Amino acid sequence: PRCTFWTLVPAADGHQEWDSNSRLARSRGVAFSYLAVGGKDRRTSVLIMDPECSRLLPALCAVLADPRQPVADDTCLEKLLDWFKTVTETESSLQLLQDHPCLVELLSHVLKPQDVSPRVLSFALRLAGAFAAQEDCFQYLQQGDLLLGLFGEAGALGWSAWSIPSVRSGWIQGLCALAHHPSALHFLADSGAVDTVFSLQGDPSLFVASAASQLLVYILALSMQGRDAGSPIPEVAAWPVCAQKIVSHVQESLHSTAAPQVTQALNVLTTTFGRCRSPWMEVLWGQLSPLVASLLKRDPIPAAHSLVDLLLSVARSPVLSSAACGPWEILAQTLHRLSPTQAGPLALGTLKLQRCPQELRTQAFGILLQPLACILKATAQAPGPPGLLDGTAGGSMTVDTLLSSKSACVGLLCQTLAHLEELQTLPQCPSPWPQEPLLDAAVIILRLCDGSADPSSSGAGRLCGTLAGCIRVQRAALDFLGTLSQGMSPQESMLQVFAILLKNLESPESSPTVLKKAFQATLRWLQSSVKTSGCSDLSPDALLFLGELFPVLQKRLCSPCWEVRDSALEFLTHLSQHWGGQADFREELQSSEVPMLACQLLQDPESYVRASAVAATGQLFSRGLQATPTSSENLQAQQGLLMDLMYILSTDSEGFPRRAVLQVFTQWLRDGHADVARDTEWFVTTVLQAVSRDLDWEVRVQGLELVQVFLTQTLGRFRPRCPYAVTLPEATSPTPHPEFLRTLCRLPLFEFVFRALFDCDRPVAQKACDLLLFLRDETAPSSGPQETRDGPNSASVEVALQRWQEGEQGQPLGDLEPEAMLALLRSLDLEGLQGKLAKSSDHIEKSPQSLLQDMLATVGMLEENEADCY
Amino acid sequence: VPNNPKSDMKLYCLSGHPTLPCNVLKFKSTTIMLDCGLDMTSTLNFLPLPLVQSPRLSNLPGWSLKDGSVFLDKELKECSGHVFVDSVPEFCLPETELIDLSTVDVILISNYHCMMALPYITEHTGFTGTVYATEPTVQIGRLLMEELVNFIERVPKAQSASLWKNKDVQRLLPSPLKDAVEVTTWRRCYTMQEVNSALSKIQLVGYSQKIELFGAVQVTPLSSGYALGSSNWIIQSHYEKVSYVSGSSLLTTHPQPMDQASLKNSDVLLLTGLTQIPTANPDGMVGEFCSNLALTVRNGGNVLVPCYPSGVIYDLLECLYQYIDSAGLSSIPFYFISPVANSSLEFSQIFAEWLCHNKQSKVYLPEPPFPHAELIQTNKLKHYPSIHGDFSNDFRQPCVVFTGHPSLRCGDVVHFMELWGKSSLNTVIFTEPDFSYLEALAPYQPLAMKCVYCPIDTRLNFIQVSKLLKEVQPLHVVCPEQYTQPPPAQSHRMDLMIDCQPPAMSYRRAEVLALPFKRRYEKIEIMPELADSLVPMEIKPGISLATVSAVLHTKDNKHILQPPPRPTQPTSSKKRKRVSEDVPDCKVLKPLLSGSIPVEQFVQTLEKHGFSDIKVEDTAKGHIVLLQEAETLIQLEEDSTHIICDNDETLRVRLRDLVLKFLQKF
Repeated sequence: PRCTFWTLVPAADGHQEWDSNSRLARSRGVAFSYLAVGGKDRRTSVLIMDPECSRLLPALCAVLADPRQPVADDTCLEKLLDWFKTVTETESSLQLLQDHPCLVELLSHVLKPQDVSPRVLSFALRLAGAFAAQEDCFQYLQQGDLLLGLFGEAGALGWSAWSIPSVRSGWIQGLCALAHHPSALHFLADSGAVDTVFSLQGDPSLFVASAASQLLVYILALSMQGRDAGSPIPEVAAWPVCAQKIVSHVQESLHSTAAPQVTQALNVLTTTFGRCRSPWMEVLWGQLSPLVASLLKRDPIPAAHSLVDLLLSVARSPVLSSAACGPWEILAQTLHRLSPTQAGPLALGTLKLQRCPQELRTQAFGILLQPLACILKATAQAPGPPGLLDGTAGGSMTVDTLLSSKSACVGLLCQTLAHLEELQTLPQCPSPWPQEPLLDAAVIILRLCDGSADPSSSGAGRLCGTLAGCIRVQRAALDFLGTLSQGMSPQESMLQVFAILLKNLESPESSPTVLKKAFQATLRWLQSSVKTSGCSDLSPDALLFLGELFPVLQKRLCSPCWEVRDSALEFLTHLSQHWGGQADFREELQSSEVPMLACQLLQDPESYVRASAVAATGQLFSRGLQATPTSSENLQAQQGLLMDLMYILSTDSEGFPRRAVLQVFTQWLRDGHADVARDTEWFVTTVLQAVSRDLDWEVRVQGLELVQVFLTQTLGRFRPRCPYAVTLPEATSPTPHPEFLRTLCRLPLFEFVFRALFDCDRPVAQKACDLLLFLRDETAPSSGPQETRDGPNSASVEVALQRWQEGEQGQPLGDLEPEAMLALLRSLDLEGLQGKLAKSSDHIEKSPQSLLQDMLATVGMLEENEADCY
Repeated sequence: VPNNPKSDMKLYCLSGHPTLPCNVLKFKSTTIMLDCGLDMTSTLNFLPLPLVQSPRLSNLPGWSLKDGSVFLDKELKECSGHVFVDSVPEFCLPETELIDLSTVDVILISNYHCMMALPYITEHTGFTGTVYATEPTVQIGRLLMEELVNFIERVPKAQSASLWKNKDVQRLLPSPLKDAVEVTTWRRCYTMQEVNSALSKIQLVGYSQKIELFGAVQVTPLSSGYALGSSNWIIQSHYEKVSYVSGSSLLTTHPQPMDQASLKNSDVLLLTGLTQIPTANPDGMVGEFCSNLALTVRNGGNVLVPCYPSGVIYDLLECLYQYIDSAGLSSIPFYFISPVANSSLEFSQIFAEWLCHNKQSKVYLPEPPFPHAELIQTNKLKHYPSIHGDFSNDFRQPCVVFTGHPSLRCGDVVHFMELWGKSSLNTVIFTEPDFSYLEALAPYQPLAMKCVYCPIDTRLNFIQVSKLLKEVQPLHVVCPEQYTQPPPAQSHRMDLMIDCQPPAMSYRRAEVLALPFKRRYEKIEIMPELADSLVPMEIKPGISLATVSAVLHTKDNKHILQPPPRPTQPTSSKKRKRVSEDVPDCKVLKPLLSGSIPVEQFVQTLEKHGFSDIKVEDTAKGHIVLLQEAETLIQLEEDSTHIICDNDETLRVRLRDLVLKFLQKF
C-alpha cells in the first residue's frame, strides 16, 4: 500500500495540452507507460522452468484437476497460460511434458469433463494447443490419443460444457495454437474439426464466431504453405483437400441468401487477403471475385460493411492490386451501388490507397463530396458555387438520405465531415482540393445548425429543421472547419469563417463541447491568418475579429458551467502564447477585462478551472500582460500573482492546480522572469519547502524538474562560457566552483533531492537519482569512493539517509557543508540505485513462482474471500 | 345508444394570445371556460408610472398631429420618437361579445398566469358558476393580482385618456398605437375588492381529482410541470375525451413533472401555452443570465432583473445560489422587491406536495425545498415590499435587484430604470418572455445602461410537442393559429410549428370552432330488475341480442331504463315474450329478423317451389329477383326486402315465407 503509484510515470511534458481530451490523454499516457514498464519487465524476469516451479507444478495440477477446489479467477489461469507459452517459446515442449508428467495427467483428466470446471477445461484445451504447436510434442500427445480426445468429434463437442462459450473459445484457440505444422493439418482434416469450425462461424458468442473465422484463415494458409516457391499455382480444384473444402464453403456462403453467412465468408476472405502475400491468393481472388461482384446485383446489398472491408483489403494487397483480375472494376461498381453512408468509408479507403487508378480516385472523391455538394445546392441562393463540387451534385440517393430522417442526415454529414477532415491531412489528399466550396459547405452547415441559414428551397427548409441545434453536426463541422484552415482561403471566405466562429462562440445556445471545438477552430484560423498575411503579425481581419472576440471571452470566463470557463482559459493561454508579443494583440487584450477575470478564476471552486487559470495567468504574467494596467501598481500586482500562486501551491487541496503552479514556476525560472530572477534563492527555497510536503507525486517530480533547471542555470552562471569563444572546452573535468557548492548547501535543495531519492513513488526516486547523477558528474566525476568519509558532518548525514531509506522520514538532514555533500555524492551507489529503480517494483511478485504459490494459497481460502482480487 | 349528431362540440375563442388563452367549450349541455388570461401587452402603449416623481417623465412634450393640432397633447406624450398614452395603464380583455358569459357554468384555471382576467369575468358579466383551480394557483395568482393592483393604485393618476381611442383619431396616430386592436374595450385594472370577490368563487382541486359537472361531464386537473400547481385539464364524458393542454413543461425545474400518460386517447387535444421563444434553450439562457450578471457586478455595476414575483425567479435564485460562490460574488447583495415578495418566498416553501420529487424529499429531512431560504438566512438575499422604508437604509451598490413589473410600466422597476439607466456600468436583464424588451425599453430611451435579453421560457417547444403528440396520439389537435406556421421572423424554420396528422385545426380571436368530432353514443343504465328480465339470444357466435321494452328516464344528463309500469293481470305466456306482453298498450311485437338472403340459393328455392322463368338483376343496393310469369318483383337490399306483386295476397305470403326461411327470428 505504500507504493500505490509506483508504476506511474509522469506525462512526458507537463504543459497543458491543447487537446479535446487533455485530461484523458494525460491519464492514458500514464496507462501506456504502465504497460510499457510491465511488458519490458516481464521479458527480463526469469521465465524458465526453475526447480522451485517444477516442485510446485504437481500440486498445482492436482488442484486444477480437483473440482472441489475451484480456481479463484480466470486471470491467474490466463497468467499461467502466458507463462507456459513463454516457456514453450524457449524450451522444448516435449521435454517439459516428459519432465512433468503431472501436466499430461492434467490433460488426460480433462477427458472426463464432468469432473472439471469449464474454466479449467478451456484452459486445458488452450494449454494442449500450446504444447502441440511443436511437432514432436504433437506426436507425443497423439500417441495417447489425447489430442483426438480433446479436439476430436468424440471430445469437447460431446461434453455438456460445450454449451459454455469459454469452452468453445478454448477449443478454437487450442486448435489455432496447434495449427503450425503439416501433422496438425492432417489431424484437422481427419478429426472433422473443420466442419465444426464452419458451424462455429455462426456462434452466438461473437468471440467464438470471430475466432472460428480466424482459425479457418490459419488452416487455409497452413494447407497452402510451401506452394509459393517456383512452380505456378494450380487452379483451386487442384489444391489440397482441406483448402478446397474451405474455399467451397466460402463459395457456398457467398451464394447464400442469409446476410450473416455472406458476412462470415467476406470476413474470412478479408482476413486472408490482409494476412498473407502469397501468389496463391491471386488464384483464390480470381475464382471468387465474380461471386463477390454478384453480391452487388442483389437488393439490398448484403453485408455491405464487410464487403467494403474485403474490397479495401484486396486493394491494399500488393499481390492482388497488381493482378490481372485487379479489384478496380469491382471497386468502381461498388462505389456506384452502395448507399452514401456505406460508400463513404470505401471512398475514403480508396483515396488512402498508395496505388490506385486516377479515375477511381476521382469517383471516390466525388462520393465523399456529394453530401456537401447537395447541401450547397439546396441552400445556394446564387447559381451553384464553382469548383470541383459541380460534377458531384445531384446524387438522388444522397439527397434522399439527407432528407429521410434526422438520424440518417446527421450520421451521413458527421461521417462525411470526419472523412474529409482525415483526408486533408494525408499525403494522398486529392489535388486540386476544393477549398472554397468546402469552406462554404462547412459554414452553411454551421448556419443550418444555429438556425441562421436562410434557405431558398423546401429541401433546405427541411434541412434547417433537421439540423437546428444539432450538437453532433456542429462539433463535426467545427472540427472540419478547423482543418480547412490549413488550406489557402480567399479573404471573403476568411471573413465568413470568422463571422460564423464568432457566432458559435457567442451564442448562448452553444453547448460546452461545441464551444470547445469553436475555440480550437478559432485558434487554428488565427494561426492560418498569420500564415496568409506573410509575417508573424495578425492580419487586419484577424485583429478586427479579436476586437469582438475578447468581450465574448469575457462572458465565457463568467459562465456558470465550469467546462466553459476551463476551455475559455485554455484558449486564452494559447492565444497569449502565440501572440503575447504582438503589440495589437496586447492592446486589445489589455483593454478588456480578460486578464482580471482570469486572475479571479484562480479562486474558482472547480480544481480544473483553477489549474487552467494558473496556466493562463502564468502565461499572461510572463508576457507582461497581467491585470491591473496602471504602472504604479504594476510591481505590487506582479508580486501579488507570485504570492497567489505560492499560496495555491501550499494550500490547494487538489493536485491539478498545484501541478500547474509548478509548471508555471519552472517556466518562469527557465525564462529568467524578472520576479524570479530578483531573488532566485528565496524563490527556490520557498517552492521546495512547499513541494517537499506535497502528497502528489507529480508535484514532487515537477519540483525536481525545477531544481534541475535551477542547477543548470546556477552552474552556467559560475562557469561562464562564451559561446563564441575559440578555445576548446577543457579536457579535464572542471572542479566545481566553491560558490556554486555553497549556494546549493545554503538552500534546502539537498534535503529535498535526497528525500526524493527514497520516495515511495518510483518516478520521483528515479528523477532524483538522475538529478544526483547529473550533479555528481558535474561536481565530483573522477573521484572514487575511497576518498569519501572525510567530511566534517558526513557521518550524521549518512545516518539520516540510512533512516530515510528505512522509511523513517522524520529526521532532518541538518546543515551540510559542501565537502560533506561531495563526499556523500561520491559514496552513494547511484548507478546501482538507478538500475534498481528501472525495474518495476513487482519484479519479484511477478515471477512464476509467486504466481504458482499464490494460486495454491488462494485455493483454500476461496469461501471466505470470494471477492479476492489477484 | 347513438346520439343526435347535431349536438356537436363548439369552441369559442375569446383571446388571440397563444400563451394567455381564454376559450369557452360547449360540451354536452355544459359551458366551460378554459382559462381567462389577460393580455397585458397593451400597457406597453402607456407611459410608466414612476414611484418617485420623475422630472424626465413629467416633462415629456405632448404629441401633436402633423397638421399641428394639439388637442391630444394632454393624452399623448412623445419620448425619443415614440408616442405614449399618459394615463393609467389599461389591459386588453378577452372577447365578451362572442358568447353570453353569464351562461358559463365553470371556469377551469390551468396556472396562475392564466387567471389574471378572472375578476373582469366573474364580477362584470353575470357569471354565477364555479371556478376550479389548484391551491398554489389560487395563492400565487392572488399574489400576482395583489402586486398588480398595488403597483397601479399606489401611483394615483387622475387622468383617464379616451380621446385617442376614437376611431377617427386613432387612424392618425403613429404605430404601434394606430394598429392597437379593440382599444375601446381596454379596461383599467380591477380593485382588490374585485379580486377578493373573484377568488372567493374558486373551488380548490387537487391533481387527478375527478369533478362531476351536472352529471354530464367529468373534469380532472393533471400536473403540467410548468409552475407550482399548474395543471392541464381533461374534460370527458363516457364516450368522449377532450384534453386541454396549457402551459406545460418537460424540463426538470421546481414543479411536479408533467403527467403525460393521462392525456392518451383524447378525441381532441386543445394545445395552448407553448414556449414564446422556441429558439432559446432555457439552459443556455440561464448561463447567459449568470455570465452577464457576474460581468456587470464585477465591474461595479448594478443588475436589474424585471420579473414576476413567482415562477422563474425561484429557479434563478437557485441557480445563483450555486453560482455566486464560484463567481466570487458572495459579497454582492441580492434584493427582491415586491409588495408580495415575502409571501411568494414563503409560499414556495410550503407547497411541498406540488413540487418535483427532488424538492419534496427535502421536506422530510427536514430542509426547506428551495435554497433561497439559505440565501435569506445568510443575508445574501433580502426582500422588501417596496423601495420605501427599510430598503433605502440597507441599499448597497453594486447589487442585483429583482423586481416587477416586467412590462416596465409600473412597479418599483420604473424607479430603478430611472436611477440606473444613465450609466453604462449597469445592466438590465430581461428574463420574462411575455413582453418585447425593445418595446418595454422604449419610454426610457436614450439609455446608457446595457440590456441583455435572456428570455427563460420553460414551456414546451415544438420538438417536445411533436414527441408529446406521438406519445398521446390524439385524434385531433386544436391550437392557436400562431402555432400552425413558422414565426414571422423565421419563416423558413419549418421545425418551429406544429406538425401532426391530421393537420391541427387553428383558431384566432373571436372565432367559433365546431370541433371535428361527432358524439355518437350516450351511456344508458338499465335497472337491475329490468336487466334480469332480458333473455339474450345468440345470433352469431359472440353476439347476443335481446329486445327490451322500458321507460327511458332522463335527469341530470343521466339516462336510466326502468321497467315499464306493470299491468294488474299479467298473462302467462312463453317466457321470452313476457316482457313485450307485459306492456298493455304495446302493439303485439312482431319477431325481429336478422341475417341476409343469399341470392343464388334463394333462386334455387324459388325454382324448387315451382317458380320458373326467374331473372336476377343486380342493382346498386342489392338485387331484384324478377318472376316474369307472375309479374312479381322481389327487391333484396341490405336492410330491406320488398315483395311487389299485384294484389295476389296468397302469392305474397308464399314468397314472404320463402324469404323468412333464410332469416333468423327472435
